[in-house]
Amino acid sequence: MNSLLQELEKGKVLVSDGAWGTMLQERGLQIGECPESWNNTHREDVLAIAQSYIDAGADMILTNSFGGSPTKLRHFGLEDQCAQLNEAAAAISREAAGSDHFVLGSIGPTGVIIMMGEVPEKTLFEGFCIQAKALARGGADVICVETMAALDEACLAVRAARENTECEVACTFTFEKTVNGDYRTMMGVTPSDMAIALTLAGASIIGANCGNGIEGMIDIVREIRKVDSKTPVLVHANAGRPVLEGGKTVFPETPEMMAEKVSLLIKAGANIIGGCCGTTPQHIRALAQAIEIC
Amino acid sequence: MNELIQKIGLCVERGKVNKVSPFPADMKGLDGADEYTRQAIEAGVKPDAILQACNDGMQRIGEKFGRNEVFIPELLMSAKAMHTVMAHLKPFFKSGSVKSKGKFILGTVAGDLHDIGKNLVSMIIEGNGWEVIDLGVDVKPASFLQKIKENPGCVVGLSALLTTTMGNMADTIKQIKASYSDVRIIVGGAPLTENIAAEMGADGYARDPQNAVDWLNAIGTI
Repeated sequence: MNSLLQELEKGKVLVSDGAWGTMLQERGLQIGECPESWNNTHREDVLAIAQSYIDAGADMILTNSFGGSPTKLRHFGLEDQCAQLNEAAAAISREAAGSDHFVLGSIGPTGVIIMMGEVPEKTLFEGFCIQAKALARGGADVICVETMAALDEACLAVRAARENTECEVACTFTFEKTVNGDYRTMMGVTPSDMAIALTLAGASIIGANCGNGIEGMIDIVREIRKVDSKTPVLVHANAGRPVLEGGKTVFPETPEMMAEKVSLLIKAGANIIGGCCGTTPQHIRALAQAIEIC
Repeated sequence: MNELIQKIGLCVERGKVNKVSPFPADMKGLDGADEYTRQAIEAGVKPDAILQACNDGMQRIGEKFGRNEVFIPELLMSAKAMHTVMAHLKPFFKSGSVKSKGKFILGTVAGDLHDIGKNLVSMIIEGNGWEVIDLGVDVKPASFLQKIKENPGCVVGLSALLTTTMGNMADTIKQIKASYSDVRIIVGGAPLTENIAAEMGADGYARDPQNAVDWLNAIGTI
């Protein structure tokens, strides 16, 4: 099988997966429970989610390891199980992906603001190394550092993956629209700042995930393309900004609404399109169909 | 004397903590909030005036943040500088010569472990002269109820980052209002909007920390 980069070089737009957290909750994950612990306790449920995205037409799936850094796992007293939980996460997704789909090992933020100096950079870097190595051992083809806001933390994670695994490294940031109409992370990073810093740190795929919905992603991809015409761009969009309906959290964008924006997103320069919070296999199927006819 | 007060306000606004702090780059090697506050107290400047200068500095950086001219890193450094000043002023709070504006009980709701937003709000509200009682993350409704009981007249702030914990926030508000209908509650966090906050029964919604300060200062005068 070709690598993900080789596949992308053929010029085809690829489909990624949708949400994991909200899918786990539908299967009974309690609020306040550690999602990564399900890789051991509810393996079949995690596998079923991975499988549902493959069945929906995704070319690649992520892993149930977003909060799998030692720093995050410490909240649940599971810090010592970091390597095992991440390896299990990748193994589950590998099983669903088989040999003809890609597995992207997910690494989310630690929640630490490095510039405050409360946690040494070295501690975070070592944590990312453990996580990346375990994901690679479990069968990940790519390490996907996602939902980042700060360049320092993201570059640490990218470097950890680059220096300790053979995997390709992807990294996506979460941008919000500012009152001035441009896009920034909460730490003030613009899409172009991100593109330049991440490629220097060694990321071979860059992009954006989460946020307000797929429409904003079009502008974000355009911003990235102003400074970087070559590096493949990955977009994982939320199904809009959540609203409360009768006490329940609902994501407003339907599969059709998201699919409508696909052609503009591709035109802007996106190479891989998938979903984030609130998206389901139905959303991914609709995205896959829209990509197919583009 | 006036000059010292102005410098303290500027250090807070720019996030210049002390002489050794390398931030901001253009103030490298200069005295910071720490040094100027010590000098001001030694020179007999009234603690009230120092506090006011800090509040003004925080207000200016807060407004810049609201206009997206600066972002969380700058706000954090200002809060850090503010904290340095507050450490010098603590004895005056204890002796009663400087008074806090009121008590603000703050926490991230049950099921949510995110503390960046909450910590920011905590620092900035404290920097504006409120006594903040920070209950941490994953705070169950019962813990809020207990603290409210211990602190009559307090105002409550609830934070949530996850879209999935908004339900717990609504539940916490319901429980607080059922026992203490006159306690005022303000909410904030990435997934929220003004409409959602109103639907949950919150009295206020803050889209950023400065918003929360403005709201608190407004209700403080009622």
